[in-house]
Amino acid sequence: MEEKKLTVNGLVRRIGLPTIIIGLFFAFVLVSAGFLGLSVPTLLSDTVRRAGMNGILVLAMLPSIQSGTGPNFALPIGVECGLFGIVCAIEMGCTGWGWFGVSILLGIAFAIAAGYLYGILLNAVKGSEMTIATYTGFSIVAFMCLIWLTVPFTSPHMGWFIGNGLRETIQLDSLNAAMLLNNLWGFNIGPDFFFPTGMILFFLLFCGIVWLFFRSKHGIAISAVGASNAFANASGLNINRSRILANVLSTILGAIGIVVYSQSYGYAQLYNAPLTMAFAAVAAILIGGATASRAKVSHVIIGVFLFQGLLTSAMPVANRVFAGTDLSEIMRMMIQNGIILYALTQVSKGGKSA
Amino acid sequence: MSELQRNTPASRVAGWVTDNLVTVIFLAFTLIGFAVSNMSFSWFLGELTGRIYRNGFLVLSLIIPVIAGLGLNFGIVVGAMAGQIAIVFIRYYNIGGTGGILLAALLATPLAILFGWATGKLYNKTRGQEMIASLIVGYFANGLYQFLFLFAVGVIVKVPSDHPLIKPDGIGVRSTVDLGMAKDGGLKYSLDYIWRVDFLTGVIVIAAAILALQLFRLLRKNAREKAAGKGVAILNIVLSAAVIAVAVYSRIARNSLTTVAKVPVVTVLLIAGLCVFIELILRTKLGQDFKAVGQSQHISEVSGINVDRTRIIAVIISTVLAAWGQVIFIQNVGTLNTYNAHTQVGMFAVASILVGGASTSKATVKQALVGMVLFNAMFIMSPEVGQAVFGQPLLGEYFRTFMVYGVIGFALGLYVWKSNRRNKLTI
Repeated sequence: MEEKKLTVNGLVRRIGLPTIIIGLFFAFVLVSAGFLGLSVPTLLSDTVRRAGMNGILVLAMLPSIQSGTGPNFALPIGVECGLFGIVCAIEMGCTGWGWFGVSILLGIAFAIAAGYLYGILLNAVKGSEMTIATYTGFSIVAFMCLIWLTVPFTSPHMGWFIGNGLRETIQLDSLNAAMLLNNLWGFNIGPDFFFPTGMILFFLLFCGIVWLFFRSKHGIAISAVGASNAFANASGLNINRSRILANVLSTILGAIGIVVYSQSYGYAQLYNAPLTMAFAAVAAILIGGATASRAKVSHVIIGVFLFQGLLTSAMPVANRVFAGTDLSEIMRMMIQNGIILYALTQVSKGGKSA
Repeated sequence: MSELQRNTPASRVAGWVTDNLVTVIFLAFTLIGFAVSNMSFSWFLGELTGRIYRNGFLVLSLIIPVIAGLGLNFGIVVGAMAGQIAIVFIRYYNIGGTGGILLAALLATPLAILFGWATGKLYNKTRGQEMIASLIVGYFANGLYQFLFLFAVGVIVKVPSDHPLIKPDGIGVRSTVDLGMAKDGGLKYSLDYIWRVDFLTGVIVIAAAILALQLFRLLRKNAREKAAGKGVAILNIVLSAAVIAVAVYSRIARNSLTTVAKVPVVTVLLIAGLCVFIELILRTKLGQDFKAVGQSQHISEVSGINVDRTRIIAVIISTVLAAWGQVIFIQNVGTLNTYNAHTQVGMFAVASILVGGASTSKATVKQALVGMVLFNAMFIMSPEVGQAVFGQPLLGEYFRTFMVYGVIGFALGLYVWKSNRRNKLTI
């Protein structure tokens, strides 16, 4: 790297064009909200809450991107592991923090097994990981629908009132499990801004763990494999094992992520809810400045705040300006999928095209 | 695939099964479905043929991009949107009947060409990742589509709020639009009901056509070359003859097969015409270019083919066909689910063609036709099996969704795995 003055061009390249565009758009929405008489502190409070809620799910993208398998479009696998952990914990009669701990531990256990199998699958289909990952994720969600409908659990907190199977949404309120992390050490600044300290710390804790992991021997091996297969091969790294390890890690983060998400949301959503979760998480990390082949922890943090912030604050603003329309949902679809398409157009430019 | 292992009949059968695993699974499911559920065969045939008339065109629209090396074009969703925009337009001006549906197809064409061109451009920039790009571009385009029909119509373009197509508050198109029967100036069955023949008559005519074609081919082949493919031809002849015999017998005996829904001749002719069109275009210079580009972009480029342009043409053809296919689909359904009708078109079509044994690099008309039959059979059968085996039709519906997603993931994965192993990709 030669020393150069900080030019505008250089800065744009350093931060990344999508990040700047979305950042400016977010700022614009917040300013318009202020002019429209909406409470900006409420919007910021929602932004922080939503970012903490989705943070670990977005973090799950990092290991798989670094290992060269692309963003983890099969995030639903991890999510379903986490959900199964949640459901098992409820069936065991756990409540409160016990529920939280047992859910996460069980989720991790399932995720290690599922992530390992998924990693083997990805090694078999090198070159087409993203499409196959997407449909693997979809298949798992559909398969788990069958499980939710037939699993012989009897806890009154989650069954239908009549017939077999589990409810679509399970209320966590009745288990004293809703908002556990959010309220831990949480505090108010002014009347409208609440800071969910526990959840943000939990998110940052995992960011720290992942950051440290990618400085360990195994982590560096994963990054090396993702950067160049030929180089990794020459240095005697076990490519397949690194890719499996990265995807196990990603699946585990997906499982933990959904437990955090559910406790903040107040409900565990089964059946088709996890189907499209991967796309929002992929979009968030890309907005933060990651590409389909390189990502950093900072991309996760910036991305999840910008993307979730934009989504939460755009809705009231759009509803105020264009009453009776669903413009914010339309905007979400276009931004979320637009950014993924943009990243896909950059894939072949960076590496060699087949 | 060594030749040595393929000598004994048993190993040949085993080899065929592993090469067509997905097809075999679906065939087995259909047979088991018949065994466990007490479904009447004539009802099943009616449902099955109805679904094929409705979806056939859409499935066939996938073939050309596969041959041109773009993989399975989930982006036919964009073509379906073009078809629906045209339908909304003619419905807004209350144009119905056969003329209306032709106008819709006509209006959809330039839109689909434009959309196909744009998605083709995109696929050229996402080389090697076309399939995931085509999936995402469908979602992205859905945003634009909703912007058009939920926002632009009403906010940007003022429309009367008392129009039956527009939501009561004057902004946006209703989510379900009744299209009215063709005979009352609407669009429902405006193609299907032009000319219908009795099911058994249709079967006899089609089987007779196949019989004649096979005999013609067999006779011509005998003159020129040896018995290559003779066995299959004779099998086809025997089968068509048997079908004709059964159909004639049913007509005379007036059994339950006479109750199967009538055949919409125009729709069937359109589907048959598309099959012929695809076969013919592959024999032209353009078709050879598709094949060449599909084989190797590099070699094609060197031998003077404009690779990017050829790929874009393939996508445009696919998108236009999908637009027409969606118009056929909607005139059959009779109601337009403005925001849902197109979303799963790509997935169902891709699943169908994969069930027929197609892959990301090889697809034929025959595979599309076989796939349509087996996939739709599974679709009809699933709730019945769920009811019969588990007493819960809902279980069957979830199982059906699982089969759709699963077959795509499984068939694609199996194919990539096989080709990676063949290329001995060790990195």
